[in-house]
Amino acid sequence: MPMNEENKEFRPLIVAFCCNWCSYAGADLAGSSRLSYPADVKIIRVPCSGRVNPMFILRAFERGADGVIICGCHPGDCHYSTGNYYARRRMALLFSMLEYMGIENGRTRVEWCSAAEGAKFSKTMNEFCEKVKSLGQNVRLGDLRCKN
Amino acid sequence: MQELINRLKELLADGTVVRVIGWKKGDMPYNPEPAYFEKAEDFDNFVYDGFCGANLSKMMIEAAKLEGKTAVCLKPCDTYSFNQLIREHRVNRENTYIIGVGCRGKLDIEKARKAGIKGIKSVSGVDIEGDGDVTFDTIYGEKKMAYSDLMLDRCHVCKGKDHVIFDEVIGESKDTGDKDRFEDVIKIEKMTPEERFAFFKSELSKCIRCNACRNVCPACSCRKCVFDNTKFDSQQKANVDSFEEKMFHIIRAFHVAGRCTDCGECSRVCPEGIPLHLFNRKFIKDIDEFYGEFQAGKDPEAQSPLTDFTFDDLEPKDAVGRGE
Repeated sequence: MPMNEENKEFRPLIVAFCCNWCSYAGADLAGSSRLSYPADVKIIRVPCSGRVNPMFILRAFERGADGVIICGCHPGDCHYSTGNYYARRRMALLFSMLEYMGIENGRTRVEWCSAAEGAKFSKTMNEFCEKVKSLGQNVRLGDLRCKN
Repeated sequence: MQELINRLKELLADGTVVRVIGWKKGDMPYNPEPAYFEKAEDFDNFVYDGFCGANLSKMMIEAAKLEGKTAVCLKPCDTYSFNQLIREHRVNRENTYIIGVGCRGKLDIEKARKAGIKGIKSVSGVDIEGDGDVTFDTIYGEKKMAYSDLMLDRCHVCKGKDHVIFDEVIGESKDTGDKDRFEDVIKIEKMTPEERFAFFKSELSKCIRCNACRNVCPACSCRKCVFDNTKFDSQQKANVDSFEEKMFHIIRAFHVAGRCTDCGECSRVCPEGIPLHLFNRKFIKDIDEFYGEFQAGKDPEAQSPLTDFTFDDLEPKDAVGRGE
Protein backbone atom coordinates (compact mmCIF):
# COMPACT_ATOMS: atom_id res chain seq x y z
CA MET A 1 0.00 0.00 0.00
CA PRO A 2 1.49 3.37 -0.94
CA MET A 3 2.34 5.45 2.05
CA ASN A 4 0.18 8.46 2.66
CA GLU A 5 1.89 11.67 1.51
CA GLU A 6 1.17 13.25 4.86
CA ASN A 7 2.94 10.50 6.79
CA LYS A 8 6.13 10.93 4.81
CA GLU A 9 6.67 14.38 6.22
CA PHE A 10 9.45 14.54 8.80
CA ARG A 11 8.14 15.19 12.30
CA PRO A 12 10.92 16.15 14.70
CA LEU A 13 10.96 14.94 18.26
CA ILE A 14 11.52 17.87 20.54
CA VAL A 15 12.09 17.68 24.27
CA ALA A 16 11.27 20.78 26.28
CA PHE A 17 12.50 21.04 29.86
CA CYS A 18 10.11 23.48 31.50
CA CYS A 19 10.48 25.06 34.89
CA ASN A 20 7.52 24.25 37.12
CA TRP A 21 7.12 27.86 38.27
CA CYS A 22 7.09 29.74 34.99
CA SER A 23 7.34 28.05 31.61
CA TYR A 24 5.24 25.07 32.62
CA ALA A 25 2.54 27.47 33.73
CA GLY A 26 3.25 29.45 30.56
CA ALA A 27 2.51 26.31 28.54
CA ASP A 28 -0.71 25.97 30.52
CA LEU A 29 -1.63 29.54 29.72
CA ALA A 30 -0.86 28.97 26.05
CA GLY A 31 -3.28 26.06 26.19
CA SER A 32 -6.05 27.87 27.99
CA SER A 33 -5.62 30.87 25.68
CA ARG A 34 -6.07 28.50 22.73
CA LEU A 35 -2.66 29.34 21.29
CA SER A 36 -1.36 26.39 19.39
CA TYR A 37 2.12 24.93 19.42
CA PRO A 38 3.30 21.80 17.63
CA ALA A 39 2.50 18.43 19.10
CA ASP A 40 6.11 17.40 18.43
CA VAL A 41 7.13 19.21 21.59
CA LYS A 42 7.25 16.86 24.55
CA ILE A 43 7.32 18.76 27.80
CA ILE A 44 9.22 17.49 30.83
CA ARG A 45 8.48 19.37 34.01
CA VAL A 46 11.49 20.19 36.17
CA PRO A 47 11.47 22.09 39.47
CA CYS A 48 13.86 24.70 38.12
CA SER A 49 15.97 25.23 35.02
CA GLY A 50 18.92 24.76 37.36
CA ARG A 51 17.76 21.16 37.79
CA VAL A 52 18.59 20.41 34.18
CA ASN A 53 21.75 18.38 34.25
CA PRO A 54 23.72 18.65 30.99
CA MET A 55 23.50 14.86 30.95
CA PHE A 56 19.69 15.11 30.55
CA ILE A 57 20.21 16.97 27.32
CA LEU A 58 22.80 14.54 26.00
CA ARG A 59 20.62 11.62 26.99
CA ALA A 60 17.62 13.09 25.23
CA PHE A 61 19.67 13.42 22.07
CA GLU A 62 21.05 9.93 22.37
CA ARG A 63 17.53 8.54 22.79
CA GLY A 64 16.47 10.09 19.54
CA ALA A 65 15.45 13.68 20.26
CA ASP A 66 16.03 16.03 17.34
CA GLY A 67 16.02 19.17 19.44
CA VAL A 68 16.14 20.12 23.10
CA ILE A 69 14.85 23.38 24.54
CA ILE A 70 15.16 24.52 28.11
CA CYS A 71 12.64 27.03 29.40
CA GLY A 72 13.15 28.81 32.67
CA CYS A 73 12.20 31.93 34.56
CA HIS A 74 13.63 35.23 33.45
CA PRO A 75 16.96 35.90 35.14
CA GLY A 76 16.18 37.50 38.46
CA ASP A 77 12.75 35.84 38.76
CA CYS A 78 13.85 32.37 39.84
CA HIS A 79 11.59 30.78 42.44
CA TYR A 80 14.73 29.58 44.21
CA SER A 81 16.46 32.95 43.74
CA THR A 82 19.48 31.89 41.71
CA GLY A 83 18.84 28.54 39.96
CA ASN A 84 18.56 29.95 36.47
CA TYR A 85 21.82 31.88 36.77
CA TYR A 86 23.71 28.63 37.25
CA ALA A 87 21.73 27.03 34.43
CA ARG A 88 22.69 29.92 32.17
CA ARG A 89 26.40 29.33 32.69
CA ARG A 90 26.13 25.59 32.29
CA MET A 91 24.11 25.75 29.12
CA ALA A 92 26.35 28.38 27.56
CA LEU A 93 29.33 26.07 28.05
CA LEU A 94 27.51 22.93 26.97
CA PHE A 95 26.11 24.48 23.80
CA SER A 96 29.47 25.91 22.93
CA MET A 97 31.01 22.45 23.39
CA LEU A 98 28.36 20.79 21.23
CA GLU A 99 29.03 23.32 18.52
CA TYR A 100 32.76 22.63 18.86
CA MET A 101 32.09 18.95 18.27
CA GLY A 102 30.26 19.71 15.09
CA ILE A 103 26.64 19.40 16.25
CA GLU A 104 24.31 21.83 14.46
CA ASN A 105 23.70 24.66 16.90
CA GLY A 106 20.01 25.09 16.04
CA ARG A 107 19.16 21.92 17.93
CA THR A 108 19.61 23.41 21.35
CA ARG A 109 18.05 26.51 22.81
CA VAL A 110 17.41 28.23 26.10
CA GLU A 111 14.45 30.54 26.41
CA TRP A 112 13.33 32.56 29.42
CA CYS A 113 9.56 32.49 29.55
CA SER A 114 7.34 33.52 32.46
CA ALA A 115 3.96 32.14 33.54
CA ALA A 116 2.25 35.16 31.97
CA GLU A 117 3.91 34.68 28.59
CA GLY A 118 1.68 32.03 27.02
CA ALA A 119 1.95 33.78 23.67
CA LYS A 120 5.74 33.82 23.85
CA PHE A 121 5.78 30.14 24.75
CA SER A 122 3.69 29.19 21.77
CA LYS A 123 5.70 31.45 19.44
CA THR A 124 9.03 30.06 20.70
CA MET A 125 7.91 26.48 20.27
CA ASN A 126 6.64 27.13 16.75
CA GLU A 127 9.88 28.81 15.79
CA PHE A 128 12.08 26.15 17.36
CA CYS A 129 10.08 23.36 15.77
CA GLU A 130 10.46 24.93 12.33
CA LYS A 131 14.20 25.31 12.88
CA VAL A 132 14.69 21.71 13.93
CA LYS A 133 12.52 20.54 11.06
CA SER A 134 14.77 22.38 8.65
CA LEU A 135 17.83 20.70 10.18
CA GLY A 136 16.28 17.28 9.74
CA GLN A 137 16.87 14.19 11.77
CA ASN A 138 19.52 14.23 14.45
CA VAL A 139 22.17 11.80 13.29
CA ARG A 140 25.39 13.12 14.74
CA LEU A 141 24.74 12.98 18.46
CA GLY A 142 23.09 9.61 18.19
CA ASP A 143 26.14 8.07 16.57
CA LEU A 144 29.18 9.73 18.06
CA ARG A 145 31.20 6.59 18.49
CA CYS A 146 29.95 4.68 15.44
CA LYS A 147 28.49 2.00 17.68
CA ASN A 148 25.10 1.84 15.99
CA MET B 1 68.54 13.56 41.67
CA GLN B 2 71.07 12.61 44.35
CA GLU B 3 70.32 15.81 46.25
CA LEU B 4 66.63 14.93 46.21
CA ILE B 5 67.26 11.36 47.41
CA ASN B 6 69.53 12.54 50.22
CA ARG B 7 66.96 15.06 51.40
CA LEU B 8 64.16 12.48 51.29
CA LYS B 9 66.22 10.00 53.27
CA GLU B 10 66.94 12.75 55.78
CA LEU B 11 63.23 13.54 56.16
CA LEU B 12 62.49 9.86 56.74
CA ALA B 13 65.34 9.49 59.21
CA ASP B 14 64.42 12.46 61.39
CA GLY B 15 60.77 11.39 61.46
CA THR B 16 59.32 14.44 59.70
CA VAL B 17 57.58 12.06 57.34
CA VAL B 18 56.90 8.33 57.50
CA ARG B 19 56.60 7.71 53.79
CA VAL B 20 57.46 9.30 50.49
CA ILE B 21 55.58 9.19 47.24
CA GLY B 22 57.91 9.36 44.27
CA TRP B 23 58.83 7.35 41.22
CA LYS B 24 60.62 4.03 41.02
CA LYS B 25 62.38 2.41 38.10
CA GLY B 26 60.02 0.65 35.73
CA ASP B 27 60.75 -2.41 33.66
CA MET B 28 61.91 -0.16 30.82
CA PRO B 29 64.23 2.84 31.08
CA TYR B 30 61.44 5.11 29.89
CA ASN B 31 58.53 4.10 32.10
CA PRO B 32 59.16 4.86 35.75
CA GLU B 33 56.10 4.30 37.92
CA PRO B 34 54.70 6.07 40.98
CA ALA B 35 55.65 4.32 44.21
CA TYR B 36 55.72 4.55 47.99
CA PHE B 37 59.11 4.64 49.77
CA GLU B 38 59.18 3.85 53.48
CA LYS B 39 62.74 2.74 54.22
CA ALA B 40 66.15 4.10 53.27
CA GLU B 41 66.99 1.01 51.22
CA ASP B 42 63.83 1.46 49.10
CA PHE B 43 65.57 4.44 47.57
CA ASP B 44 67.87 2.18 45.52
CA ASN B 45 64.99 2.06 43.07
CA PHE B 46 64.09 5.74 43.31
CA VAL B 47 64.26 7.63 40.06
CA TYR B 48 63.44 11.14 38.98
CA ASP B 49 64.21 11.95 35.38
CA GLY B 50 62.59 13.33 32.25
CA PHE B 51 60.20 10.40 31.95
CA CYS B 52 58.61 10.96 35.37
CA GLY B 53 55.57 12.64 33.89
CA ALA B 54 53.01 11.20 36.31
CA ASN B 55 51.15 13.72 38.43
CA LEU B 56 51.35 12.39 42.00
CA SER B 57 48.94 14.84 43.59
CA LYS B 58 45.95 12.52 43.26
CA MET B 59 47.76 9.81 45.24
CA MET B 60 47.72 12.14 48.22
CA ILE B 61 43.95 11.75 48.61
CA GLU B 62 44.47 8.26 50.02
CA ALA B 63 47.99 8.79 51.38
CA ALA B 64 46.96 11.76 53.52
CA LYS B 65 44.43 9.56 55.31
CA LEU B 66 47.20 7.25 56.54
CA GLU B 67 48.90 7.54 59.91
CA GLY B 68 51.75 10.03 59.90
CA LYS B 69 52.95 12.56 57.39
CA THR B 70 53.58 11.77 53.74
CA ALA B 71 56.09 13.57 51.57
CA VAL B 72 55.12 13.93 47.95
CA CYS B 73 57.25 15.06 45.01
CA LEU B 74 55.36 17.55 42.90
CA LYS B 75 56.44 19.29 39.73
CA PRO B 76 55.37 22.92 39.23
CA CYS B 77 52.27 22.00 37.20
CA ASP B 78 51.30 19.26 39.67
CA THR B 79 51.06 21.80 42.46
CA TYR B 80 48.07 23.37 40.68
CA SER B 81 46.26 20.05 40.89
CA PHE B 82 47.17 19.76 44.56
CA ASN B 83 45.82 23.23 45.24
CA GLN B 84 42.61 22.32 43.50
CA LEU B 85 42.28 19.21 45.68
CA ILE B 86 42.70 21.39 48.75
CA ARG B 87 40.01 23.69 47.38
CA GLU B 88 37.67 20.72 47.14
CA HIS B 89 38.61 19.45 50.62
CA ARG B 90 39.87 16.18 49.17
CA VAL B 91 43.33 16.15 50.74
CA ASN B 92 44.58 16.84 54.21
CA ARG B 93 47.25 19.51 53.94
CA GLU B 94 48.43 18.93 57.54
CA ASN B 95 49.38 15.37 56.68
CA THR B 96 51.33 16.33 53.60
CA TYR B 97 54.88 17.49 53.11
CA ILE B 98 55.26 18.87 49.60
CA ILE B 99 58.66 18.67 47.95
CA GLY B 100 58.67 20.87 44.89
CA VAL B 101 60.90 19.14 42.39
CA GLY B 102 62.58 20.85 39.48
CA CYS B 103 61.36 20.22 35.97
CA ARG B 104 62.67 21.06 32.53
CA GLY B 105 59.82 19.44 30.61
CA LYS B 106 58.73 15.83 30.62
CA LEU B 107 59.28 13.38 27.81
CA ASP B 108 56.95 11.30 25.71
CA ILE B 109 58.34 7.99 24.51
CA GLU B 110 55.68 7.89 21.79
CA LYS B 111 57.45 10.80 20.11
CA ALA B 112 60.63 8.74 19.87
CA ARG B 113 58.67 5.81 18.50
CA LYS B 114 57.08 8.06 15.91
CA ALA B 115 60.56 9.21 14.90
CA GLY B 116 61.39 5.59 14.23
CA ILE B 117 63.46 4.82 17.32
CA LYS B 118 62.85 1.20 18.25
CA GLY B 119 64.51 -1.49 20.33
CA ILE B 120 65.63 0.89 23.08
CA LYS B 121 68.14 -0.62 25.50
CA SER B 122 68.97 2.45 27.53
CA VAL B 123 68.48 6.20 27.48
CA SER B 124 70.85 8.93 28.56
CA GLY B 125 70.59 12.69 28.72
CA VAL B 126 67.21 12.65 30.44
CA ASP B 127 68.59 13.62 33.85
CA ILE B 128 66.81 16.41 35.58
CA GLU B 129 69.89 18.60 35.91
CA GLY B 130 71.23 18.02 32.42
CA ASP B 131 70.95 20.15 29.38
CA GLY B 132 71.28 18.82 25.87
CA ASP B 133 70.11 16.08 23.58
CA VAL B 134 68.66 12.73 24.54
CA THR B 135 70.65 9.72 23.40
CA PHE B 136 68.99 6.36 22.87
CA ASP B 137 71.11 3.24 22.87
CA THR B 138 69.10 0.87 20.70
CA ILE B 139 69.73 -2.55 19.26
CA TYR B 140 70.17 -0.79 15.92
CA GLY B 141 72.83 1.57 17.26
CA GLU B 142 72.85 4.98 18.86
CA LYS B 143 70.10 7.51 18.09
CA LYS B 144 69.90 11.15 19.15
CA MET B 145 66.92 13.44 19.57
CA ALA B 146 66.60 17.02 20.79
CA TYR B 147 65.08 17.25 24.29
CA SER B 148 62.34 19.65 23.22
CA ASP B 149 61.31 17.45 20.27
CA LEU B 150 60.68 14.62 22.72
CA MET B 151 58.67 16.68 25.18
CA LEU B 152 55.02 15.92 25.94
CA ASP B 153 52.59 18.25 24.20
CA ARG B 154 51.50 19.62 27.54
CA CYS B 155 55.05 20.82 28.27
CA HIS B 156 55.00 23.00 25.16
CA VAL B 157 52.22 24.97 26.86
CA CYS B 158 53.97 25.02 30.26
CA LYS B 159 52.20 26.81 33.12
CA GLY B 160 55.45 28.23 34.42
CA LYS B 161 58.39 27.26 36.56
CA ASP B 162 56.95 28.30 39.91
CA HIS B 163 55.44 25.92 42.41
CA VAL B 164 52.19 27.41 43.71
CA ILE B 165 52.27 25.36 46.92
CA PHE B 166 55.26 23.67 48.58
CA ASP B 167 57.13 23.09 51.81
CA GLU B 168 60.49 23.11 50.12
CA VAL B 169 61.82 23.21 46.59
CA ILE B 170 64.71 21.07 45.40
CA GLY B 171 66.20 21.69 41.99
CA GLU B 172 65.78 24.24 39.25
CA SER B 173 62.76 24.45 36.96
CA LYS B 174 62.46 25.84 33.50
CA ASP B 175 59.48 27.35 31.69
CA THR B 176 59.35 25.18 28.59
CA GLY B 177 56.31 26.83 27.01
CA ASP B 178 56.83 27.72 23.38
CA LYS B 179 53.32 27.35 21.97
CA ASP B 180 49.98 29.06 22.42
CA ARG B 181 47.83 27.03 24.76
CA PHE B 182 44.70 27.40 22.65
CA GLU B 183 46.35 26.94 19.26
CA ASP B 184 44.87 23.50 18.66
CA VAL B 185 41.43 24.51 19.94
CA ILE B 186 41.35 27.52 17.61
CA LYS B 187 42.42 25.33 14.72
CA ILE B 188 39.43 23.05 15.30
CA GLU B 189 37.06 25.96 15.82
CA LYS B 190 38.00 27.24 12.37
CA MET B 191 36.97 23.99 10.66
CA THR B 192 33.50 23.54 9.21
CA PRO B 193 30.97 21.68 11.41
CA GLU B 194 31.29 18.62 9.15
CA GLU B 195 35.05 18.56 9.52
CA ARG B 196 34.82 19.04 13.27
CA PHE B 197 32.35 16.23 13.60
CA ALA B 198 34.44 13.94 11.42
CA PHE B 199 37.52 14.78 13.47
CA PHE B 200 35.93 14.03 16.84
CA LYS B 201 34.16 10.98 15.54
CA SER B 202 37.40 9.49 14.28
CA GLU B 203 39.23 10.34 17.50
CA LEU B 204 36.52 9.17 19.90
CA SER B 205 35.81 5.92 18.11
CA LYS B 206 39.33 4.83 19.09
CA CYS B 207 38.31 4.88 22.76
CA ILE B 208 38.37 1.45 24.40
CA ARG B 209 36.81 2.75 27.67
CA CYS B 210 39.80 1.61 29.72
CA ASN B 211 38.98 4.47 32.13
CA ALA B 212 42.64 5.46 32.34
CA CYS B 213 41.83 9.12 31.74
CA ARG B 214 39.30 9.09 34.55
CA ASN B 215 41.52 7.22 36.96
CA VAL B 216 44.51 9.46 36.45
CA CYS B 217 42.63 12.76 36.46
CA PRO B 218 43.24 14.71 39.68
CA ALA B 219 39.92 16.52 39.19
CA CYS B 220 38.05 13.18 38.95
CA SER B 221 38.26 12.44 42.63
CA CYS B 222 34.67 11.46 43.47
CA ARG B 223 34.46 8.41 45.69
CA LYS B 224 31.49 7.22 43.69
CA CYS B 225 31.73 8.01 40.02
CA VAL B 226 28.73 8.34 37.71
CA PHE B 227 30.44 5.93 35.37
CA ASP B 228 30.62 3.13 37.93
CA ASN B 229 27.76 0.69 38.00
CA THR B 230 26.42 -1.47 40.81
CA LYS B 231 28.32 -4.63 39.87
CA PHE B 232 31.45 -5.87 41.59
CA ASP B 233 35.13 -5.75 40.69
CA SER B 234 36.16 -5.04 37.14
CA GLN B 235 32.58 -5.33 36.00
CA GLN B 236 31.91 -2.17 37.94
CA LYS B 237 33.91 -0.29 35.35
CA ALA B 238 31.96 -1.64 32.40
CA ASN B 239 29.64 0.87 30.81
CA VAL B 240 26.08 0.74 32.04
CA ASP B 241 24.46 1.51 28.72
CA SER B 242 25.21 2.75 25.24
CA PHE B 243 24.58 6.32 26.33
CA GLU B 244 27.60 6.34 28.58
CA GLU B 245 29.62 4.72 25.89
CA LYS B 246 28.93 7.52 23.44
CA MET B 247 28.93 10.52 25.69
CA PHE B 248 31.65 9.49 28.15
CA HIS B 249 34.16 12.10 27.09
CA ILE B 250 31.74 15.02 26.85
CA ILE B 251 30.31 14.21 30.26
CA ARG B 252 33.71 13.75 31.83
CA ALA B 253 34.94 17.02 30.37
CA PHE B 254 31.85 18.78 31.68
CA HIS B 255 32.28 17.31 35.15
CA VAL B 256 35.79 18.72 35.40
CA ALA B 257 34.97 22.01 33.66
CA GLY B 258 36.06 24.89 35.84
CA ARG B 259 38.13 22.53 38.00
CA CYS B 260 40.50 21.14 35.38
CA THR B 261 43.95 22.64 35.81
CA ASP B 262 44.93 21.49 32.31
CA CYS B 263 47.63 19.17 33.64
CA GLY B 264 47.36 17.06 30.48
CA GLU B 265 47.46 13.70 32.26
CA CYS B 266 44.39 12.42 30.35
CA SER B 267 46.13 12.72 26.99
CA ARG B 268 49.39 11.37 28.38
CA VAL B 269 47.89 8.12 29.68
CA CYS B 270 45.47 7.43 26.82
CA PRO B 271 46.64 4.15 25.25
CA GLU B 272 44.94 5.11 22.01
CA GLY B 273 46.48 8.56 21.87
CA ILE B 274 43.18 10.46 21.84
CA PRO B 275 43.86 14.19 22.37
CA LEU B 276 41.47 14.40 25.32
CA HIS B 277 42.89 17.70 26.51
CA LEU B 278 41.15 19.34 23.54
CA PHE B 279 37.83 19.03 25.37
CA ASN B 280 39.11 20.42 28.63
CA ARG B 281 40.95 23.20 26.91
CA LYS B 282 37.84 24.21 24.99
CA PHE B 283 36.00 24.62 28.30
CA ILE B 284 38.92 26.59 29.73
CA LYS B 285 38.97 28.82 26.67
CA ASP B 286 35.22 29.41 26.87
CA ILE B 287 35.35 30.13 30.59
CA ASP B 288 38.17 32.62 30.01
CA GLU B 289 36.21 34.32 27.25
CA PHE B 290 32.79 34.33 28.90
CA TYR B 291 33.53 34.83 32.57
CA GLY B 292 37.05 36.21 32.75
CA GLU B 293 40.42 34.49 32.95
CA PHE B 294 40.48 31.63 35.40
CA GLN B 295 43.23 29.16 36.20
CA ALA B 296 41.99 26.35 38.41
CA GLY B 297 44.36 25.56 41.26
CA LYS B 298 46.18 28.87 41.21
CA ASP B 299 44.37 30.17 44.23
CA PRO B 300 42.86 27.62 46.66
CA GLU B 301 40.27 30.19 47.78
CA ALA B 302 38.98 31.15 44.33
CA GLN B 303 35.39 30.33 43.39
CA SER B 304 35.03 27.97 40.45
CA PRO B 305 33.26 29.72 37.54
CA LEU B 306 30.53 27.08 37.34
CA THR B 307 29.54 27.50 40.97
CA ASP B 308 29.37 31.23 40.57
CA PHE B 309 27.38 33.71 38.47
CA THR B 310 26.88 37.36 37.73
CA PHE B 311 23.59 39.06 36.88
CA ASP B 312 24.62 39.92 33.35
CA ASP B 313 26.25 36.69 32.19
CA LEU B 314 26.38 35.76 28.56
CA GLU B 315 23.15 34.23 27.22
CA PRO B 316 23.51 30.66 25.91
CA LYS B 317 22.30 31.72 22.48
CA ASP B 318 25.24 34.12 22.21
CA ALA B 319 27.68 31.40 23.20
CA VAL B 320 27.18 29.54 19.94
CA GLY B 321 27.76 30.67 16.39
CA ARG B 322 30.46 33.14 17.34
CA GLY B 323 32.65 32.05 14.48
CA GLU B 324 29.97 32.69 11.85
